[in-house]
Formats: sequence, structure tokens, C-alpha cells
Amino acid sequence: MVIIVNNAYQDIMNQKNEIMKKSVGLDYEKYELDGIGFDFELMMNDQGYDIERIRKIQSENMVGNTPLVELKNITKYARKYAKKGYGARIFLKDEAANISGSFKARRAVLSVNQAKELGYKGVIAATSGNYGAAVAALAAKAGLECIIVQECFDSNNISQPEILEKARKCEAYGAEVIQLSVGPELFYSFLKLIDDTGYFNASLYSPYGVKGIETLGYEVANDVMELTNKFPEAVIITNAGGGNLTGTARGLKDAGAVNTQIIGASVNLYGLHMASDTDFNKKSFTTGHTGFGIPFAVFPDRSDVPRSAARPLRYMDRYLMVNQGSVFFMTEALAILEGMERGPAGNTSLAVAFSLAQTMKDTDIIVVQETEYTGAGKHLLPQLSFARKNGVEIKFGNPLEEVPGKNIIFPKDGSYLKHQDINMDELKKSYLKRYRDTKLTVQDYKYLAEELMINIDKVKDLMK
Amino acid sequence: MINKGSYVRIRKTLLKPEERSKNLPIETTKVPFKMWVKGFLTSDADLFDIVTIKTITGRIETGRLKEANPPYKHSYGDFIPEILTLRDIIKKDMYGDNCE
Repeated sequence: MVIIVNNAYQDIMNQKNEIMKKSVGLDYEKYELDGIGFDFELMMNDQGYDIERIRKIQSENMVGNTPLVELKNITKYARKYAKKGYGARIFLKDEAANISGSFKARRAVLSVNQAKELGYKGVIAATSGNYGAAVAALAAKAGLECIIVQECFDSNNISQPEILEKARKCEAYGAEVIQLSVGPELFYSFLKLIDDTGYFNASLYSPYGVKGIETLGYEVANDVMELTNKFPEAVIITNAGGGNLTGTARGLKDAGAVNTQIIGASVNLYGLHMASDTDFNKKSFTTGHTGFGIPFAVFPDRSDVPRSAARPLRYMDRYLMVNQGSVFFMTEALAILEGMERGPAGNTSLAVAFSLAQTMKDTDIIVVQETEYTGAGKHLLPQLSFARKNGVEIKFGNPLEEVPGKNIIFPKDGSYLKHQDINMDELKKSYLKRYRDTKLTVQDYKYLAEELMINIDKVKDLMK
Repeated sequence: MINKGSYVRIRKTLLKPEERSKNLPIETTKVPFKMWVKGFLTSDADLFDIVTIKTITGRIETGRLKEANPPYKHSYGDFIPEILTLRDIIKKDMYGDNCE
């Protein structure tokens, strides 16, 4: 018997660079340096979007200028477990107020604007999350066609409820939604669609996708300054692909908040494989978790563009994680103590803030820089109900004992909600691993030092 | 029979297991890579026929007809009583035992 295997997959993958180049209207070659590096700042600043222009485009599109609220009750709650004089004030940027219900609108609006200016007929994005809704909403407003490609189902045709809700929302804005089963071949389908339609790739990783978030950091710095006469001591940013962190950090610095600690936060999903058909529906978070956060931090250029604009290790001072049960716990606390029903995934940074605040002085200020809309499918109830259906045990106890995919452990009281540090040196070592057999020049070392926010001696030390 | 012009959902296998990427966990290599998409039927058909549809952006796709007028079925799920315990813990932490 002759088995005919078509080579469509490899054929398309071989044309990757050519297809991508046409679809972002941006020549990445221009920013390449000799050796391993590229000129990141030039790439970011070369696209004609300074902060004032971005703010103008965003405000015309119902994006940005979201409320910053002090979470006085949650602050009081955290202080219950802090020693005297400790327990930082926790503020929250209510990003759910953006058009489409999340901070992702800040990213989408620039991509859509760019697509419109360059004369593309439509936009396309690969995303199962809030970004799809954002691109769809803003494409609708701009009169562009829109296709959203989702990783959605396992091989039994079972989908994460949160992703089904995102599909509904995209369709509500008039977008076409293409749903795929689990696997990295999503990229193959995505390339093929770009090639067939000639649409603009509204990548999360293009300069537009990241520069749009700079206004978020900028607003946080200025809002806190206006309210308290100082910049915040720390801003906590839920981290997945790295764009949220990169853009926010750049915006903070642009506004002058150069000493504010940039803290990444992710849900701990260690042990679950992101390309596994069987693990897919064992998780209760589809983003903001270590399964994206760590690989994208240590190898940003794994993304869908030649050079990712999301480069979190350039800015991140600390990277903290919490378990799934703690994020659900804080989602509930936000609703019943502050009257804000949001998330849950967007509350990852809030859970970290609750624990981290206890280690900081009571005069310090922590900003949690996002919330997201909630609703059927993406509320903690459907998430937990789905987990239970998939055999995940739900219980109370010590969250640090949670095993992703096996159980969800809620803190048995607030004192048990604790963050864990991810070792930054280990992340940087992983980043550097791919250059172990490369002969590096002085310029290469300089590039690596900038990529990892350390000096050249430290780069050499970590490579040993 | 489902009439031409009806809004439907189709499913299509894009890659057979042996055509998939080489770097996959073993459980994923055993299953095909599939796609679901919605659009308007281009001719009358019955459920499970191989059909052609025109999507909302005007693209033409073919695949097996799975559903007409595809509904949204996601919801708030089954009630999880542990949520009530969560609320109780948070309120007791904040206001003590006399929070009723």
C-alpha cells in the first residue's frame, strides 16, 4: 500500500519569511546588526508612533484613559498578614473599561490603524484570547475585514469555555473565527490564511502590538503621581507573550518612572505541555501562565514575526508566580470586597500583589495594571466547573502544593496566599543557551547585555 | 435537508497524524489536526455531507457539514459550592466570625 503524505505543511513553512514580510508591511532586515543582534530601539521608534500620537489614536477609538482605583479593602486584607509598618497600598488599573473589555485594545488599535493606512483590506490575528476580541472590535470600527484564528479544541472536540466565549465575542463584532485543534501547526494555518487573503498580520509581537501598551505604563505613572505625588514603587504585570510587560515598562520609563520595579506575574502551570492534546483541557487558565511566559521570555523570537517587539527580560526586575487557586481566590475577593467582578485570568497580577504587598512598606504603592471583562465561559464558575468535569480536584489547603492538571487548591485562608519567585538568573541562562556554540563579538555581547538587563561580565558569567 | 444559503458549521482535517509537525508530544502525534469554521452553504446538503461554504469574509472552504444555525452553548457551568466557602473565608478573614 502506498501512503500519500502531502507536504503542504513543510511547503508553507518554507515560505514563512516571505509571507510574513508582506503581511506586516515592515522590513525587518533594516534593523539587523552583524552577528546575532538587531537594533531594538530603532525598530520600536521607526514606525511613526510616538506617545502623543498613540494617545490620540487610542482616545478616538475608546481605548485608554481607564480608571485607576485604590483597592482599600484588599489593601486592608493584605495588611492583616503583614508586620507593623508593612502592607503596600494596592491600586488597580481597570482596563476592562477599554472597548472590547481588556487592555488588548491598546495593542489592537495600532495594528488596525497601520493596516488601514497601508491600504490592507483586512486584518488577521492568531489568538484564543482577549486580543482577538480587541482586533475584531477595532477592525469593525475601522471598516476592515477580520479573521481570528484560535487554538480551541482537543481531539475529542472539547473546548475551553473561555475560548468559546472569545469566539462568540469576535463573531459579535462581525469577524470570521477559525477554530483549530491543539498543536503548533496553528502557525501553518495562519500563514496559509495570510497568503490566501493578503490581510495584515495584526501580530501581538510587531512594534505596533507592543507600542500600543506604552500608554498604559504612561497613564499608570501619571495617574499615581497625580494622586500621591510620587511614582509607584512597583507595577505588577501579568506575563505571557511578554508584550504587556515590555510596553508597560517602556511607558513607565517614558513618563519618568525609571525607579519603579517592573514585576512580571504568571499562573504556575509547570508540568502541563502546551502542545499536548490531553493537557489542553486540564488547565484553568489559557493565558497569563508560565507555559507561555517562560518560553517567550527566554526566546522572544519564537513568535510569529522575525523579530519580536515583546522582550520582557529587557525590563523585568522580578518574575513571580501564583497557583490557579490563588487567582480564583483573589477574583472572588475583588468581587465581594471591592464590588468589581472581573477576570479571572487578568487577576493573576492582583493575586501576586496581595502577597507581595505584605513584604513592602505601608507607604509604598503597588499598581496592578489590568483587569479584563468577565462573563459566561470566562468567569471562575465555568472555569471551575470545566476543571471538575475534566477530573481536576478542587480543594482548600496550601496553594503551594497545587499540581497543575491534577488539582486546584484554594488558600484555606488569606495567610496561605503566597507568591513564588522564578529565578531570574536561570531564565537568563536559558536565554543564553542557544548562543553557547556561537563565536560572539564585542557587539554581540553588548546586545546580549541589553537583552538581559545585565553587564557584559555577567553575560559571560552566566554562559559558563 | 439543509438549504443552500443556510448558516452552518463545518469540520475539516487539515493534517493527518503522519503529516503533522515533528516536534509534538506523543499524544498529539496520534490525532489529526482539524479545523472548524462557519459560513453559508453554497448548495443544498444533508448533515455529514462534504460541502462547500462561503465564510463571512467571502472565503470558500470545504469540509464535513456538522451543524446548521450553530448555537453558542458555553455558559456559567454547573454551580461549584466551594465558591460559597471561598466567600465565607474571605469575609471571616476580613470581618471576623460575626459577619452574618
